Amino acid sequence: MNDHANESHDHHHEESFVSKYIFSLDHKMIGKQFLIYGLIMFMVGGGLALLFRWQLAWPDKPLPMIGVSQEYLDEGEAVSEADRRWERWGEDDEENWFERTMYGGIIGPEFYNALFTMHATIMVFFVVVPLLVGAFGNFLIPLMIGTRDMAFPVLNMLSFWTSVLGAVILMAGFFVPGGHAAAGWTGYAPLSSVPDFTGVIWGQNLWCMALIVMGVSSLMGSINYITTVINMRAPGMTYFRLPLVIWSLFIVAILLLLAFPVVASALALLLFDRMAGTSFFLAEGGGEPLLWQHLFWFFGHPEVYILILPGMGLASEMISVFSRKPIFGYKSMVFAMISIAFLSWVVWGHHMFQSGMNPQLSMAFMTTTMLIAVPSAIKTFNWLGTLFRGSIQFTVPMLHTLAFVSMFVIGGLSGIFMANSPVDIHIHDTYYIVAHIHYVVFGGSVFALFGAVFYWFPKMFGRHMNAALGKIHFWISFIAFNGVFFPMHIIGVAGHRRRIHNPLDTDLAHLQGINEFITMCAFILGAAQIILLVNVFWSMFKGRVAEQNPWHANTLEWHAPTPVPHGNFDQIPRVYHGPYEYSVPGAETDWIPQTQSDGEPSRDEPIAAGATAD
Amino acid sequence: MLKWLDFPAWLPENASTFGEGVDKLFVLIYWITAVVFIAVMAVLIGFMIKYRFKEGRKADYIEGSTTLEITWTAATTVIVFGLAMLSLPQWNKIKVPSQFPSSPDDVLVRVHAKQFNWDMTYPGPDGKLGTTDDLTLENHLHVPVNKVVHVELTSEDVIHSFFVPQMRLKQDALPGRTINVWFEATKTGKYEIPCAELCGFGHSAMLGYLNVHTDDDYAKWVEEAWQ
Ligand code: HEM
Ligand SMILES: [Cu+2]
Ligand SMILES: [Cu+2]
Repeated sequence: MNDHANESHDHHHEESFVSKYIFSLDHKMIGKQFLIYGLIMFMVGGGLALLFRWQLAWPDKPLPMIGVSQEYLDEGEAVSEADRRWERWGEDDEENWFERTMYGGIIGPEFYNALFTMHATIMVFFVVVPLLVGAFGNFLIPLMIGTRDMAFPVLNMLSFWTSVLGAVILMAGFFVPGGHAAAGWTGYAPLSSVPDFTGVIWGQNLWCMALIVMGVSSLMGSINYITTVINMRAPGMTYFRLPLVIWSLFIVAILLLLAFPVVASALALLLFDRMAGTSFFLAEGGGEPLLWQHLFWFFGHPEVYILILPGMGLASEMISVFSRKPIFGYKSMVFAMISIAFLSWVVWGHHMFQSGMNPQLSMAFMTTTMLIAVPSAIKTFNWLGTLFRGSIQFTVPMLHTLAFVSMFVIGGLSGIFMANSPVDIHIHDTYYIVAHIHYVVFGGSVFALFGAVFYWFPKMFGRHMNAALGKIHFWISFIAFNGVFFPMHIIGVAGHRRRIHNPLDTDLAHLQGINEFITMCAFILGAAQIILLVNVFWSMFKGRVAEQNPWHANTLEWHAPTPVPHGNFDQIPRVYHGPYEYSVPGAETDWIPQTQSDGEPSRDEPIAAGATAD
Repeated sequence: MLKWLDFPAWLPENASTFGEGVDKLFVLIYWITAVVFIAVMAVLIGFMIKYRFKEGRKADYIEGSTTLEITWTAATTVIVFGLAMLSLPQWNKIKVPSQFPSSPDDVLVRVHAKQFNWDMTYPGPDGKLGTTDDLTLENHLHVPVNKVVHVELTSEDVIHSFFVPQMRLKQDALPGRTINVWFEATKTGKYEIPCAELCGFGHSAMLGYLNVHTDDDYAKWVEEAWQ
């Protein structure tokens, strides 16, 4: 286990720029690469959302700046620079997809469908997974279990570059004739499997390929995580001394390993249908459209837990540290995650209540889905229990963590409505579900992620992020987030369908004011993310230099020197107890690092009181 | 803004027999979740205030409580199981064909979805679909009030979804299959039938109408249609 304990950090040979920053084998650098990659894709995905939000609030009005002016629409007289640009563009004969589907900067239905399809695809597969699993999985696992690197560093590097390849393939789809995939991120066949139904040819093919490539990247990552956690824990680091975030990433790796082959097969079948003339999903050819949905959601539901479990893990770390208390019910937290992982394989049918699958099956899927609410509730109660009689420090990461808990509660509770199959008849495929997914994924995972970036930044980059900017970003995001997504519940209940290009196509004029409100909040939410980016990139170079253990936390990553050297630890640490020994009665400090044996003092430098005040 | 918290008030008017049952479940879940939410938030905010960092006070070392774990696990299990059991009959009534009401007075139509219209086929005087006296209208469904309407749902091309918000009915239409659903309107009027499943660039504008007539008006419509 620690047979290379002595050699690794001895050969401090100078590394070239390429091997240090590009094809790095160091798990920390790969984690940072995933972080930057994910943040960039986050901006792309968010930008697409802002485009289609404009159309939903002000249907068929030209986009600001990009689009033509109202005078041009009324009089045909080019007055602005944009007018002239569109006019010139229109003269070109060559078939340009953008020009056809958003002529004059007015988002047409084909373009709209591609926009929300790509928004969701990017957010799910290219933002949340790379950030939560890629960035934090890579950075934290070796550090928190006390080892020098991942089990397979080369595989790890390949996993990152494969995901870059996936993103390149995906982005290429915007520039092919016929435009990008427009069948939703769920890609329901036969809409997705027959090019004639959407007019999209290479866009959908590239979508399939990009997801398969991403799947391969995730497989490489997950094999690595699983092997590392099982084999490379530091001496004394038993399973029940693992921090909860490691448990969550470990479970997620297992879910990824088992789930991706399913969707990869489905995607391969879809590609065959599209390119080789097979008819796996086509009724005329003896195929079955519902087969796609079964395969997709058999993968898809575990996937949504892949999106939230690491968020739960990150939040658990932060809530314990900033309450200065052990996590309430550590073991029950672990078992709750394990039961979520098991249950997530048997609930996929709740996405298909109205799909035409045998209605008798709903009974089974409704029950299992209701059951999965139980471990989620357990986790929430345990977070509350952790706060109880704590000494709560409202640092920036803690603010995000508390937001995570409350937003996750809303998302979980709205899920109960939809788990109830008769109620789901009405709210399925409306904005109610859009509200739901965003409360769990954005309100949940993304807020936990923001907090985690702030919390581990000092270890990652050796500098602190700016707390004032952090608070401003937090409050604007939190308020604007609720402004965007809470009203989606009620317009959904009122019958506002999802994935529609123009709400005014049906009798929804009375909801249009709400749509405008949502879009205005969305622009604020989008703009607020610039603060985050500025804070991240500015702090990387100019932030206050970080101490080794600024938050007075117990887990092993804080035991490693800052900045963390190649090989992580001077000496592989020995672990004496669990990760959450805060405020132990009789102890000198209110934290006891996992490395501290009874009697033997911690190797950590004592830190001036008040150092955590930001 | 308070109005935004009152979810049930936003439901479209209900005009079907089984819609009431759906709405009741909705309201029940609404109240259960509202109480849970308020309780959780009260505790959360209460703790945040009461146990905020104060100079000189140390947190208590509490690792958990098995009694509490068992209590809340059991309580949530009972509630969610209860909800599932409660809603099962409602689901069966609406969606399970063997439980559909059936009487000679019932009305039968075939709804055939295709990009981007609904073809409504009426069986005509012989009451049978697939015979020469069938009549097909685009996007207009005419039915009598207070009669059970059986819908045979099919699709030409991709998956569409037959959605009538006021009937609390939604069912996907699949190519290559016939899916049976039913409803009984309790109020006359003209209701929208939007398509609820993404079906291509015309999805947003795919819209039909359900015209629920009084018995007399319906008879008149039948007479005109098959004269
Ligand atoms: C600026 C922030 C965001 C805005 C304004 C926004 C808005 C929306 C809207 C309006 C839709 C529905 C589109 C339609 O169906 O017509 C949507 C779908 C979706 N969004 Fe977002 N979103 C944002 C951020 C995010 C984030 C951070 C994530 C994920 C982590 C995300 C994941 C999704 C997914 C998965 C769907 C599709 C769900 C499905 O089809 O089942 N969004 N978003
Ligand atoms: Cu699910
Ligand atoms: Cu349709």
